[in-house]
Amino acid sequence: MTLVLFLEQTLNGLQQGVMLFLMAAGLTLVFGIMHMINLAHGSLYMVGAYVAASVTLASGNFALGVLAAMAAAGITGMVVELIAFRRLYDRDHLDQVLATFGVILTFNEATKIIWGPQALFLSTPEILSSTLELIPGAPYPAYRLFIIAIGLIVGLGLRHLILNTRLGMLIRAGATHREMVGAMGVNIDRLFTIVFGIGAMLAGLAGAMAGPMLAIEVGMGEKILILTFVVIIIGGIGSVRGALVGAILVGLVDTYGRAFLPFILRSLMEPSAADSIGAAVSSVAIYLLMAMVLMWRPRGLFQAYGD
Amino acid sequence: MITRKNLVHGIGLLIMAVLPLAAEAAGEPFLTTVASRVLIYALVAVSLDLILGFGAMVSFGHGAFFGIGAYVVGILTHHSYEATAIAFLPGDWTGTTAALIQWPMAMLVAGVFALIIGAMCLRTTGVYFIMITLAFAQMLYFFMTSLPTYGGQDGLNLWERSTLPFLDMYDDTQFYYVTCALLVAFMAFARRLVRSRFGMVLRGCKQNETRMAALGFPVYRYKLAAFVIAGMGAGLAGALAANHTEFVGPGLMHWTRSGEIMIMVILGGMGTIFGPVLGAATLLMMEETLSGFTEHWMVFLGPFLVFVVLFARRGLYGWLVGTEADDGG
Repeated sequence: MTLVLFLEQTLNGLQQGVMLFLMAAGLTLVFGIMHMINLAHGSLYMVGAYVAASVTLASGNFALGVLAAMAAAGITGMVVELIAFRRLYDRDHLDQVLATFGVILTFNEATKIIWGPQALFLSTPEILSSTLELIPGAPYPAYRLFIIAIGLIVGLGLRHLILNTRLGMLIRAGATHREMVGAMGVNIDRLFTIVFGIGAMLAGLAGAMAGPMLAIEVGMGEKILILTFVVIIIGGIGSVRGALVGAILVGLVDTYGRAFLPFILRSLMEPSAADSIGAAVSSVAIYLLMAMVLMWRPRGLFQAYGD
Repeated sequence: MITRKNLVHGIGLLIMAVLPLAAEAAGEPFLTTVASRVLIYALVAVSLDLILGFGAMVSFGHGAFFGIGAYVVGILTHHSYEATAIAFLPGDWTGTTAALIQWPMAMLVAGVFALIIGAMCLRTTGVYFIMITLAFAQMLYFFMTSLPTYGGQDGLNLWERSTLPFLDMYDDTQFYYVTCALLVAFMAFARRLVRSRFGMVLRGCKQNETRMAALGFPVYRYKLAAFVIAGMGAGLAGALAANHTEFVGPGLMHWTRSGEIMIMVILGGMGTIFGPVLGAATLLMMEETLSGFTEHWMVFLGPFLVFVVLFARRGLYGWLVGTEADDGG
């Protein structure tokens, strides 16, 4: 276990954290403002990945694929919001969970019908397929650095949007007192649709960027959705800052666990047992992290605007 | 007294009692196997309804306890078959296939897990509770997936069904009646439970938890007890499910399973004892029928579900029974 390996794993953890942040930001905004728990957020991620793959393969241009993915996910999100989800804002969470679960089933099956059951694969765009020697002696894939950069830019952008723009002001106000915002003459329905669209777009972006690293398949949305839940529970539901901190924490803990736990266990027991127990324990490390955070702070690390 | 409600209950029980005979008479004996599956899911749905419908605890991880029950049976049978000692238990017990040991153990282990998980989850409420129960269930799912000792992702084949004295568990009709008896016993227990003082406190918490606490009830302990009882019910159903499919895999704990169980409760009618049974029957029959028409049957199930949530709040049971539905019977 050398310093180089540690730094490399740190970058991997950051990259995973940034992806989770893109997902968590949208989910937490939607919850913070509309008080809506949206399981179908992962489906928008899947839509993003599939559209990005299709457009990139057709046009040969990854940037175009990413833009198309964001547009497709954003539009899909807003359409679903208009048709179904806006009826759910005043319902209890149980109804929201069930209805969005129904939406997941629909999306998964529709995706299977449109793109077929086989997984799609997307190669890394050429410009980013090289490696950079950021840490001396350990070349690191440029694409992963690119993801970290994009994540940080989106994070800063969101911060600017929420703190410094009129829309952000309305979002914050809507989280605290939505009736009041409505009474002041703001079209609250439209605000909700826009917020939902922003969240969906970020999920689409995350899906598009995950494309070159994962198999693009039905069900990929649910895998990341559960991790995203863990992130926003740790961060505090409704808080974008919490989403960022939670995402980085989860990314790092997960990556370190998988990379180092079998090593550490090997010094304590025989290798084969160490590997299997290490794999099993590291796969649940983030849930243990979540349990510990909740013991300490049952409402997450950061308070949301509305609370 | 013949009321609409008693009539529905009577017809329901009658159908449950004569189904294998009717299937035999109609020359479609495989229906008995399908019906056994329905009853197993009905059992887990009734157990979820105890906390979801009567206690307003929206647990999205009930599949975990279902899976734990199944794995207890799977692991005990596995060791018994291979005659190897169970490594994580003291001594050198090599498991057993006796149902009278396996099934209570399945309930016990599921109950212990429910105690630990519930103790942590019940510190939170609302949307946190939903997500954290979901996360714990996923944690168990991933744990079993990455544990090669018991089949990992591929699961375990059950080489031998549990054995009961005087009964042949390989006989579909006998298996059905064992399942049926356990379900009816659990429903009778649940009915007594929700009408008892304990049940009243639980239902009081559903309406206003703060008020119950102000009345001096240790709300947390009541809720935790209910959570454990529900977990044990799911564990028993899991033990039956393992025997039914003769296979145990992490898929039993996957979060979509928890979602399905929840749908059964809502579809049938929450906060009733009979509703979840109806819901389980309806959902599984729909699955069975629709998958006969098209492999993409989920495309119909999904929107149907959204529709049920948006427009049919009281479930099938409420629709059948009318205004008498809400008295905890």
